[in-house]
Amino acid sequence: MAQVSLRKVIKAYEGGVQAVKGIDLEIADHEFVVLVGPSGCGKSTTLRMIAGLEEISGGDIAIGGTIVNDIPPRDRDIAMVFQNYALYPHMSVYDNMAFGLTLRKFPKAEIDKRVKEAARILDITPLLERKPKALSGGQRQRVAMGRAIVRDPKVFLFDEPLSNLDAKLRVQMRTEIKKVHQTVKTTTIYVTHDQVEAMTLADRVVVMNHGVIEQVGPPQELYHHPATKFVAGFIGSPAMNFIPARIEEASGALNVVMNNGTTLAVPEDRVARYRPHAGKQVLFGIRPEHLTDDKTMDKSNLAPLSLTPEVIEPMGMETLAHFRHEGTEITARLDPSTPAEVGKPLALIAHMNQMHIIDPTTDKVI
Amino acid sequence: MADGGAATLPRIEAPGGASLKRFARRRSTIAFLMTLPLIAVIGGLVVWPAGYAIHLATLNRRMTSFIGLGNFEILLESETFRMVIFQSVFFAITAVILKAAIGFWLAHMLHHIPANGQRKWRGMLLVPWVIPPALSTLGWWWMFEPTYSSINWILNIFAIPSVPWLGEPWWARISVIIVNVWYGAPFFMIMYLAALKSVPEQLYEAAAIDGATSWQRLRYVTLPMMRNIISITVLFSLIVTFANYDIVRVLTNGGPRDLTHVFASYAFQVGILAGNIPRGAAVSLFMFPILAIIAFFVLRGVNRRNKEEA
Ligand SMILES: Nc1ncnc2c1ncn2[C@@H]1O[C@H](COP(=O)(O)OP(=O)(O)OP(=O)(O)O)[C@@H](O)[C@H]1O
Ligand SMILES: [Mg+2]
Repeated sequence: MAQVSLRKVIKAYEGGVQAVKGIDLEIADHEFVVLVGPSGCGKSTTLRMIAGLEEISGGDIAIGGTIVNDIPPRDRDIAMVFQNYALYPHMSVYDNMAFGLTLRKFPKAEIDKRVKEAARILDITPLLERKPKALSGGQRQRVAMGRAIVRDPKVFLFDEPLSNLDAKLRVQMRTEIKKVHQTVKTTTIYVTHDQVEAMTLADRVVVMNHGVIEQVGPPQELYHHPATKFVAGFIGSPAMNFIPARIEEASGALNVVMNNGTTLAVPEDRVARYRPHAGKQVLFGIRPEHLTDDKTMDKSNLAPLSLTPEVIEPMGMETLAHFRHEGTEITARLDPSTPAEVGKPLALIAHMNQMHIIDPTTDKVI
Repeated sequence: MADGGAATLPRIEAPGGASLKRFARRRSTIAFLMTLPLIAVIGGLVVWPAGYAIHLATLNRRMTSFIGLGNFEILLESETFRMVIFQSVFFAITAVILKAAIGFWLAHMLHHIPANGQRKWRGMLLVPWVIPPALSTLGWWWMFEPTYSSINWILNIFAIPSVPWLGEPWWARISVIIVNVWYGAPFFMIMYLAALKSVPEQLYEAAAIDGATSWQRLRYVTLPMMRNIISITVLFSLIVTFANYDIVRVLTNGGPRDLTHVFASYAFQVGILAGNIPRGAAVSLFMFPILAIIAFFVLRGVNRRNKEEA
């Protein structure tokens, strides 16, 4: 059990590609941290540097207070679960799990105890004698986790462990991973590009983009208070709408004015925050779930507007309506009982308490 | 099932030709017909000569009467032939072990140098294998020449006395093995290099994280992952090396005092040069049962592992 710190960590591959551009991150003992971001943003590279599988080009990585920059993976006391599991095909499930302990010269009885215990936690006891070839994807996934658990390492590292599973199993294993973490409480760093996984598993989410950290925070905070346009657009599904607009001052109050003249009143408690931007072009950010016809929740600061749907997607528990407004796509989440029709103007409500204003010159949320 | 009904209805067929057509259309029939030329070639070039050799080995010298295992009995009583057995086994096993070990070592070295340099080295290291062995062995024969040739000359520079490479039995045995290893190791190298490339990088990473040193990664990941290719190459090479003829023929011609003969060269000497064809056939057949048994077990193991792991 240990905390992990990254200080100004840089990774430059030969050829000059900077995959990780100086990141700082402090991970507390027992914490479950998820690195999330689009493909190629440097998540795996960061994880592999922590594991010691990739040399670091600059900065320091410390595990449990010791700088591990030059310590080989086997002496870092970490365990890793790979995307394609990387089970040893010539060893039985039992031997796969016992391998790390055997190499570390644990007594036979202790190995047996730990393997049996991990198998019990993961519900794979009947599979111990099989070879990995005779297992399903989900079972292999469990064995890979078992191999990590038996070691009782300082840190668990996961690199997209669920992306080879089908949708249903992914949800099931996600819960499983969370349960295991609640049982063994080992510090965990988990890489995924799936923001639902990130939101559901993490104590804290680290959003990465182009080799830098955009924002670190608990899932709810990232959702409600994104720091940048990237985080605002990346967290949440369907993604937040970004509508070009202006902030205009009218007799002491502020309004968000869309290019077609639609005017939405800014809540009073935000007026001071936005006043310096009065008269400027901004991006009006609002999540589909806050652009709706549902009038039952949160009565204050509702702003009416009318849009004409291009596509209606009934999902059962909700209906998504897609609009095209001055060249931008807008999505709204409707009550399934709303009689929405393509081509017929629809009265919507914007929950202005939940909106975000983004400065398009810096892409920062104001 | 309702929708399957049409297919299960008995079809009304024209008598005669139709069933023949159906027979010809069956997949197994087509497969058999298509492999028939190959079966014929194998039958003509392998099965028939092998059967004929077995038949020959049971005849007397003038090939007039059947003497059963008589030739084998006489061979086993002969001092020279027992020497041939010893030399063949010693030669084949030593040479195969050395070829496999050196080939593996070379493959490992090559595997760890970057791709463009690797191609160059791979090409150079394959050269011994592409030169016809009779020619290259002639080259070695010159180099082993005791008084005027390069190897002893180099040894002399380092104040090591000249070695009677081909004149003294044990040195002659070693010389034959050196040339065979030189010629055969590149084959192992290229096979093992391909096998090394097929071991997923992540297994090594997983092992490194599990705490394996580089030696333990070799021992617990590389070698087990290559077990099949190692067994097959060793088996194949064992068979070919037992049957080796050209190197012994060119380098020592069995001498000194018939002490470096292997089965093939001795079979030629007895069967063709001395004119006892049945006895020669018996010599060349001698290893067949032993190799067949080894092959059976090795291939069975390969098959089983394939099913369980791949
Ligand atoms: N060996 C390498 N040599 C050069 N560039 C590399 C190498 N490995 C990765 N990169 C580059 O580094 C960047 C980050 O890669 P990384 O694998 O960390 O992305 P990722 O965030 O894990 O993406 P994904 O979600 O697709 O796995 C990418 O632009 C990639 O092209
Ligand atoms: Mg990745």
